[in-house]
Amino acid sequence: MATTAPDYDKWYDPPKGDNELARITDTVIRVTEVSRPPVGWYIAFAIAVTMLGILGMSIGWLFWTGIGVWGNMHPVVWAWDITNFVFWVGIGHAGTLISAILFLLRQSWRTAINRAAEAMTIFAVMCALIFPGIHIGRPWLPYWMLPIPNQMNMWPQFRSPLDWDVFAVSTYFTVSLLFWYVGLIPDLASIRDRSTTTVRRLVYGLFAMGWRGSSRQWHRYERAYLILAALSTPLVLSVHSVVSFDFATSQLPGWHTTIFPPYFVAGAIFSGFAMVVTLLVPARQFFGLKNIIEIHHLEAMNKVIVATSLMVGYSYGMEFFIAWYSGSPYEGFAFVNRAFGPYYWAYWTMISCNVIFPQLFWFKKIRTSLLGMMIICILVNVGMWFERFVIIVTSLHRDFVPSAWGYYIPTKWDFLTLTGSFGLFFTLFLLFCRYLPMVAVAEVKGQHSNSHAGH
Amino acid sequence: MSAPKHVEPVGEAPLHGLLAEYDSPETLKKAAEKIRNAGFKNWDTFTPFPVHGIDQAMGIRPTILPWLILGGGMTGCALALGFQWWANGVDYPFLISGKPYWSVPANIPITFELTVLFSALTAVFGMLGLNKLPQPAHPLDLSERFSRSTDDHFYLLVQASDPVFDEKETGTLLETSGAIGVEAIPEDVKSESHVPRGLQYALLIITAAATIPFALSAYARESKMTHTRFDIVPDMDFQQKFKAQRENTFFADKRADRPQIEGTIAYGELNEDDHFYRGKVNGVFARTFPAQVPIDEQTIARGQQRFGIYCTPCHGQAGEGDGMVNQRASALAEGTWVPPSNLNDDRLRQMGVGEIFNTITNGVRNMPAYGPQIPTADRWAIILYVRAIQRSHKAAVADLSAEERASLK
Repeated sequence: MATTAPDYDKWYDPPKGDNELARITDTVIRVTEVSRPPVGWYIAFAIAVTMLGILGMSIGWLFWTGIGVWGNMHPVVWAWDITNFVFWVGIGHAGTLISAILFLLRQSWRTAINRAAEAMTIFAVMCALIFPGIHIGRPWLPYWMLPIPNQMNMWPQFRSPLDWDVFAVSTYFTVSLLFWYVGLIPDLASIRDRSTTTVRRLVYGLFAMGWRGSSRQWHRYERAYLILAALSTPLVLSVHSVVSFDFATSQLPGWHTTIFPPYFVAGAIFSGFAMVVTLLVPARQFFGLKNIIEIHHLEAMNKVIVATSLMVGYSYGMEFFIAWYSGSPYEGFAFVNRAFGPYYWAYWTMISCNVIFPQLFWFKKIRTSLLGMMIICILVNVGMWFERFVIIVTSLHRDFVPSAWGYYIPTKWDFLTLTGSFGLFFTLFLLFCRYLPMVAVAEVKGQHSNSHAGH
Repeated sequence: MSAPKHVEPVGEAPLHGLLAEYDSPETLKKAAEKIRNAGFKNWDTFTPFPVHGIDQAMGIRPTILPWLILGGGMTGCALALGFQWWANGVDYPFLISGKPYWSVPANIPITFELTVLFSALTAVFGMLGLNKLPQPAHPLDLSERFSRSTDDHFYLLVQASDPVFDEKETGTLLETSGAIGVEAIPEDVKSESHVPRGLQYALLIITAAATIPFALSAYARESKMTHTRFDIVPDMDFQQKFKAQRENTFFADKRADRPQIEGTIAYGELNEDDHFYRGKVNGVFARTFPAQVPIDEQTIARGQQRFGIYCTPCHGQAGEGDGMVNQRASALAEGTWVPPSNLNDDRLRQMGVGEIFNTITNGVRNMPAYGPQIPTADRWAIILYVRAIQRSHKAAVADLSAEERASLK
């Protein structure tokens, strides 16, 4: 047959000047191909890896010595460990929210940022998962959380919020990872097809799984992606709700509130969006993605931040109102003590970072200024960490009987573990920036092309 | 683009199909409609992003994937509900604060999470499976031009295996469809289209080997051993102390728990008075109260109160043997219940106080010993109250005072 093949040599090439699609591919994927990333990347990576080393060291010391290296004491038995857990899980909500909810709402600006936000989500959840694992005192027994019977053939108590947490966070991690990976497949194929070395072709090709962009495959792919988005939307709302049940189902004044699930979810979106902005502002500067991650994308993020800031502020106010309205002296004391007790400084840090400073985003000048949004978003992250600290520590430190009262003071190992978790987060994120497409190339192209098709 | 390149036929490789290249999604869509209308079946288009409207242009039928996902979700839901019910309600029932073993609302969070998890896994692996991914090799990989399919160009492949396919005619059809070029793609005879056998076996062996530790631990859980278990982390299982019933070679009798030295009496527990402490006088049950017990109304009141605490559950308020425990046990009718005595029986009315004291102290039949719980003086006070009950039970009108008799009329 091949011998009778007709001559198909009548190729012509379209003009190259106006090829927006190739420009998008090149802008994003070039970052993974250049032999040297910018110097800033090396500096940041060196710092991040050092911090990661601190994490390893502090966990090693914790395992060797025991929980006593931390400041946890009676009655503050949950302290920085669970504060850090809730903080990181909260941050880990933005990615899936941007990918899933904004996808379903057809918010086109999400395509510029969803890949980085999803990656950030996965890394944040990884940081979060460390803390329940290491805070249990006997770190060789975390498998007790798994649904397997113990030596007496007893099963875990499936009606316990702590066990719900295990299922919620692990499901969330798995689904976020799948969602992220599914989105990556076409872009990995792009990298594979552009690769010039065998190693790159092999490694990226392995993970691209032989994706060739067949329309019959795209059809199922889009269906799967849409359904994953629809599944992730209630999932993302459920995860922080379940985390809040850890507190809300207890009978401790300050924790025992029905407002917790929506309040936690709003806080999670708030902190997650702030973290995305904190990461993307430098990333787009360093890697030349200014034309893809545009100012108006970041501005939209900042608008969400100011909206969620108001929701969080409303929750703070409502907590106080209900404490007064309940007429329970214990509730009332817990909240007055929160604002004016020994931990007043933590409370007012939280209020100013989460409720007051984000209001500056009402000014267009500030919400479109890179420096302005960097500063405010970092403050929001600080404030959201303090929110969890306030909820956990100030509720616990005044026990029901004054003889059991205490004042929690963190040790240097508390600080080092928290610092170290940032090391893990930044190390993973910097590796992601270097070796994976930071922007969903196929999606941006699709949006560009399909939005121009009508004109 | 540089000079166009032909794919060189590899040996006698048969033709896989004809590949046409387009520079915009619109031309591709028009070409796709053409090919569809020409009645082709084995053909496909390749695009760097999902092109809107290509499904209709190609006539792609909706995938069954959503139904698979629904099935996956329902499986996850049923599995989670069933497993929680079985584990906490049947296999090892957990009684927590008297709540029911099976209470659905508290099982909802895990059920929801597993529903989502199973749906998501089905969505991803179902999509990969239906798309026949991973697919390590494809004849299109031989075409150098095709690498732009994930960048900025659009392709249409008609396979030679299609019944309507005719190399010349189809070629002309493609060339006139707005393509910027058409290329003959030979079958890929060199690379394997599946994962190499060796790798498959290696994966199989690794997977099988990975189950060995789990199998060993499962075996260890279910089997009985004569040697002590191996402790990776000793926890506090081994401490420098002797436990009760263990051997201690320090002592001649090798017992770790030491018996009381014979003749030892704790301070204040001499209890010499046989009448007061054991209800006996000269080895026979006494028929009189000991001198230490004042026979007065105060003692009766004390006895009534203590009787209410310790005796009424079985013997009832009036000592008729109809207390709550007896009612419940009789209602259950399990056949093992020995009913408590009616204290107003003649046998007990005739029984000496010493014997009643002995019964309370040491128990009788299935009545347990109350000696350890009720102090000695209280036991005597209870007996005095029991005597009062017995007396009142057989009271005659003549026993009443004139005023009381008057109130009866």
